Amino acid sequence: MSAHATPHRLGLSFGAVGTIFKREMATYFATPLAYVFIVVFLVLAGSFTFYLGNFFDRGQADLISFFQFHPWLYVVLIPAISMRLWAEEINSGTIELLMTLPITTADAVLGKYLAAWAFTGVSLALTFPLWITINYLGSPDNGAVLAGYIGSFFMAGGYLALGSFISALTRNQVIAFVIATAVCFILTAAGSPLVTAAFSSWAGDGVVAFVRSMSFMNNFQDIMRGVLDLRDVVYFASLILFFLFCTVAAVNRFKGA
Amino acid sequence: MIELENLTKDFGPHRAVDSLNFSVAKGEVLGFLGPNGAGKSTTMRMLTGFIAPSFGTARICGFDIQAAPVAAKSHIGYLPEGAPAWPDMSAEAFLKFAAAARGLSKAEIKPQLARAVEATNLGKVLRQPIGSLSKGFKRRVGLAQALLHDPDVLIMDEPTDGLDPNQKHEVRDLIRAMAGDKAIVISTHILEEVEAVCSRAVVIAAGKIVADETPQELEARSHRHNGVWVTLSADADQAKSVLAALPDVAGVEAEPGGSRLFCRSTDKRSIAGAVAAALREHGLSFEEMHVERGRLDDVFRAITRHDADETPGQSAMARETEGALR
Repeated sequence: MSAHATPHRLGLSFGAVGTIFKREMATYFATPLAYVFIVVFLVLAGSFTFYLGNFFDRGQADLISFFQFHPWLYVVLIPAISMRLWAEEINSGTIELLMTLPITTADAVLGKYLAAWAFTGVSLALTFPLWITINYLGSPDNGAVLAGYIGSFFMAGGYLALGSFISALTRNQVIAFVIATAVCFILTAAGSPLVTAAFSSWAGDGVVAFVRSMSFMNNFQDIMRGVLDLRDVVYFASLILFFLFCTVAAVNRFKGA
Repeated sequence: MIELENLTKDFGPHRAVDSLNFSVAKGEVLGFLGPNGAGKSTTMRMLTGFIAPSFGTARICGFDIQAAPVAAKSHIGYLPEGAPAWPDMSAEAFLKFAAAARGLSKAEIKPQLARAVEATNLGKVLRQPIGSLSKGFKRRVGLAQALLHDPDVLIMDEPTDGLDPNQKHEVRDLIRAMAGDKAIVISTHILEEVEAVCSRAVVIAAGKIVADETPQELEARSHRHNGVWVTLSADADQAKSVLAALPDVAGVEAEPGGSRLFCRSTDKRSIAGAVAAALREHGLSFEEMHVERGRLDDVFRAITRHDADETPGQSAMARETEGALR
């Protein structure tokens, strides 16, 4: 009959977050989802690196040709993970079960999000043969490589948080996927002329500069070269927190609160 | 243990649940009745903290469901309508998850799980994915989930829906067995179930309470209450005229082609004695005679149809809103 320790002010209980996390993680690996995702991620990441990134021709012992495609990989693959986070629960009615357990909305949002993030982390970690390759072929700056991995992981977290929010707005997973992909694309390309041109015609330089600074690409560019700037970390961390907060609001809105 | 205070839910301009006030004490089994779209599921969803009330509130074991949702929810076991569960999980993994989410310690989980599995007869299918289970087993997994932590308050939305007669019987036995130390609310439209397990029946229509009494009192509202059925050995026509002449008999109906008569009683007075005496006096032998307690179906129709007729658009809309939420 004992409940979890009283949730603290944020409405979070670590026991509850952990329980949700474990269930989600088990579900990934109980279905083909995890294996399909990991294989596709590794194949795409590998082929981009070697064919589009000219990994060997560059003759450099670094992973820039690997990391530079991550934003585009994530634009397509992360929504495939995030689309089911909430839309599936809403559609199948299991959200009623989840939300009537003695846990808070924040517990459920965070537990589900962290499981999805850890899962993408596993996929990312499985690209380690590339790291072994560059260490075999030359003597890379392993600190820079680590910074690249950390940056990529945080960027994936940003896309996931956004996708989690969009998934909580609909009961339809396809809609969640398409909209998340579109928004992720816009956020990624925000620094490119494609998006800035839409603003430069009517907005001032300040606005254009702001839009450009919001781009995932811009914030990731330095990280993948090995420069882990505090501003970039703050950018991704605040983005994640913001969209998780939005997810909690979206789930609560669904409950009619 | 359960207290509703002006509990109200609006979906847009439509009031699905309208200022419900009642409480359920320990030991009570409350049958929550009403036509589809009357607001039963919406009320249960508010009680369990799934949806927020528009006005008013509810308290579970003293904890306000809005101000202290986690504490309130920890005292509830809930079987949502249709017993939703994650199809990829095995029944065992699902129950273990529910136990952990309820904050049961590792030492508590094993015996509690064993108890719930035994009560719901799930032993055979524990390792199977829930998605592969039959409707009856799926429902029992939902039930086990609701009982797992031995809650003080048990709320079940149509617990026997989709079960076969044997399973229905088992579930009713289970509910009766637990009744002593819990406050139980079940929603149903199976009226025999109310007679079988409930100590109290609350009927709602269009979001408002239209009756709150024991199932027996509800039956007594029937216009057939205290009427008498007689099966005669022969000559039903003579008996019919004899009985119709009795002062307390309002009318006699014959079953088509049969020797079975039904005597309606005036003002629901007890007429069995008078009927028996009259038959004996005229030397009419009968094979069987019994007193009608009243049909819950008739009462249910009489007290809920009135409201439905009044606002047909509203109840259709309530169904839609409930569907949209699902």
